Amino acid sequence: MDPINETIDRVLAGYKTAERSDLIPILQDIQDSIGYVHKDAVSKIGTKLNLPPSKIFGVLTFYNQFRTEPPGRYHIMVCRGTACHVKGSEKILKTVQNTLKIEPGQTTRDGLFSLEIVACVGACGLSPVINISGEFYARVTPDSVREILKTLKSEAKEEAKRDV
Amino acid sequence: MFEKCCDKCSHSPDSPCPDLIACIQDGPLCHTDERCNDFIHQRVERLKRKNIETPVIFVGTATCGLGAGAEKTITEIEKWLSESKTSADIVRVGCLGICALEPLVDVQLPKKSRISFYSVTAEKVRDILPAVFDGKPPVEHVLGQYPQEDTEAWKNIPLIGDHPFFKHQKRWVLENCGIINPEDIDEYIVWGGYSSLSRVLKNMTPLEVADVVEDSGLRGRGGAGFPAGKKWKFAQQAEGDQRYMICNADEGDPGAFMDRAVIEGDPHRLVEGIIIAAYAIHADHAYIYIRAEYPLAIRRLEKAIDQAHELGLLGRNILDSGFSLDIKLKKGAGAFVCGEETALIASIEGKRGMPRPRPPFPAVSGLYGKPTIINNVETLANVPGIIKNGADWFSSVGTERSKGTKVFALSGNVVRTGLVEVPMGITLRQIVFDIGGGIEGGLAFKAAQIGGPSGGCIPVEHLDTEIDYESLKEIGAIVGSGGLVVMDENTCMVDVAKFFMDFIQKESCGKCIPCREGTRLMLEILTSLTKRRSHETMEETFTRFQGVIQLKRLAEVIQDASLCALGQTAPNPVLSTMRWFKDEYEAHVYERYCPAGACTELLNYYIDSEKCKGCGLCAKNCPSDAIMGAPKSPHYIVPDKCIGCGTCVETCKFDAIVISRQDVPTEGVANA
Repeated sequence: MDPINETIDRVLAGYKTAERSDLIPILQDIQDSIGYVHKDAVSKIGTKLNLPPSKIFGVLTFYNQFRTEPPGRYHIMVCRGTACHVKGSEKILKTVQNTLKIEPGQTTRDGLFSLEIVACVGACGLSPVINISGEFYARVTPDSVREILKTLKSEAKEEAKRDV
Repeated sequence: MFEKCCDKCSHSPDSPCPDLIACIQDGPLCHTDERCNDFIHQRVERLKRKNIETPVIFVGTATCGLGAGAEKTITEIEKWLSESKTSADIVRVGCLGICALEPLVDVQLPKKSRISFYSVTAEKVRDILPAVFDGKPPVEHVLGQYPQEDTEAWKNIPLIGDHPFFKHQKRWVLENCGIINPEDIDEYIVWGGYSSLSRVLKNMTPLEVADVVEDSGLRGRGGAGFPAGKKWKFAQQAEGDQRYMICNADEGDPGAFMDRAVIEGDPHRLVEGIIIAAYAIHADHAYIYIRAEYPLAIRRLEKAIDQAHELGLLGRNILDSGFSLDIKLKKGAGAFVCGEETALIASIEGKRGMPRPRPPFPAVSGLYGKPTIINNVETLANVPGIIKNGADWFSSVGTERSKGTKVFALSGNVVRTGLVEVPMGITLRQIVFDIGGGIEGGLAFKAAQIGGPSGGCIPVEHLDTEIDYESLKEIGAIVGSGGLVVMDENTCMVDVAKFFMDFIQKESCGKCIPCREGTRLMLEILTSLTKRRSHETMEETFTRFQGVIQLKRLAEVIQDASLCALGQTAPNPVLSTMRWFKDEYEAHVYERYCPAGACTELLNYYIDSEKCKGCGLCAKNCPSDAIMGAPKSPHYIVPDKCIGCGTCVETCKFDAIVISRQDVPTEGVANA
């Protein structure tokens, strides 16, 4: 069995007596373990919870958190809360889009970066804020964002060299 | 965790002692023994950090602190400690509230008062720590010192309470935030925590608890402001053997972060509030519905719940009262509409978070059809204080109909951003100018957006309004969850209205048509106001005008016809900006001119031929290929192709791009 299906089975095995109310936690666990909700997971959850796939897709597509495509190695979340907006997060978003040439919800072709818009990360005192793979960058400017992306790119290149 | 003073102490979660909390605070109570007395006394002193022998360094590590680089600061502190062979304990605390000055590092030396330093990034650690340990704290980095008994105060260092940010505050809910270790239940207890719970379980009936909360005048801090005690009584009167208590920690309002700060800084206060509330409504199951975007808050809350279980404050027969409770964490999945009670319940049940018509209200038929009470984090965090100090204590502060304090999340174009807890009835001017330090960069104040997407903007002429639930409603805003975004003169109010409409339109659950289609239409109308006219057809001009004329009517219909509060309040930001900033709308509609210069599409860009060196960088980066010119000679912008994104301004190294706010180019601009 491929590693993705193995992970899905492992997550599902953690829920011994699963009910409908466990649907969202299961989907969250799966996304945490493989980075997105794989389509195989939907049918497996359906069997486990005795739910038609349509219901599961209904929940999956309703909530902003869930992704059905693999994220990039660096997942960039641009905060678009009110405070960030007032402090110019639209420019930050445009800068990321222009630099990486992707739209929100997409991943770069080399699989390095993916971009997501989030409503508010709750760090409004330090706006504008972006979050890259869990790490917060506060009070960013278009220049500093370009700099951060450049650093990450070269970091990834270095690693690739070392691995070869 | 809990250590027994001797074998006579019999407490364990299986055979709980009703006096546990009081015993930890000043025991032993069931027997007299000098040794036990000393043991407990010393333990309290140690946890309160009195008479310490090793210096303690406190670092603010809430999300805002981490964002400002607190983790790197800690690494640097550890490095310095080991290099200089100094021993000190490092304690991670929550957020003190003054986010603008993070990372905050406090140092407490033996026999000396605790002293707080601001903006301690990793580079500054070596400027500050060696000096403090030498007994000469660098004054320029000091935020203030804490007043403490039995310790010697630093000379020439101001008290932290005298700092303008803290001077006007009344910190009740945030009392412990940034001060105590949020991951240690004992520390919360020695500072008086869980004693309200202990008292409730021992001496009060559920009805009495609800009475006290009702008498105090505490109103829901989540937005609607419904009296909390009254709500609890509805659940008490509802029929059914099973009831649920839900704490709403979803905090979807962009611009509000007080719930996150309370949970990250003082999670046990919330847990205590939930247990008391659950007792009051006879619930034996409680849920905390918390945003998945708050990983640190989730981690600290999980830890707090585990510790409460271990100590026997959760689980079966809590403190031998016969009352049992389990708290489950449910992570939200990023849907703003789940702030709506019925949608939140649907989400916990594993469905799409869509609201349903009320009545029946959740207090009668909620989660799984059982009576359910949903309270916000700040509401519940107020409960322990009310029980401890009484209803009169709470209602002595505030205005006639809004009692107690309210935490506001101050952000935007203000000097000191952060969390401020102030008595109800304070004026907006005091918050923005006295506490927040005024507008950044010496610009003028334009508006304060309060209450998030359901709220409105308050213009400068209402800065002196006393803030409470009623007064804000009168001027078209709401207290809401307390997000307060300050905007300076460079903010365009049409753009702000557009921003909220865009947010609401994306977050509408789509169940009812007024909300789903209406908000989309409103967004379209607002967007058309900020578009340039160059490519507009006659028909488009006509629809734009038609839309503008209908905008207000559309907003009113959405308010009247939507199913839930999300739709009912969605037009508020638009209506309030239209009410207070009519001239700005008119400038956009009639003159295609943005007075604030924020709507980039309405700006016109020109290249100053004298400054342009012809490097071609702007032409290379222009997304619409609107910039032309031969290398090394001045470039020019083709107005018809320009989409007004402003990329050229950012890329030009010679400041050669000129921005004009007028639709028609002003005379004398080169290449116009």
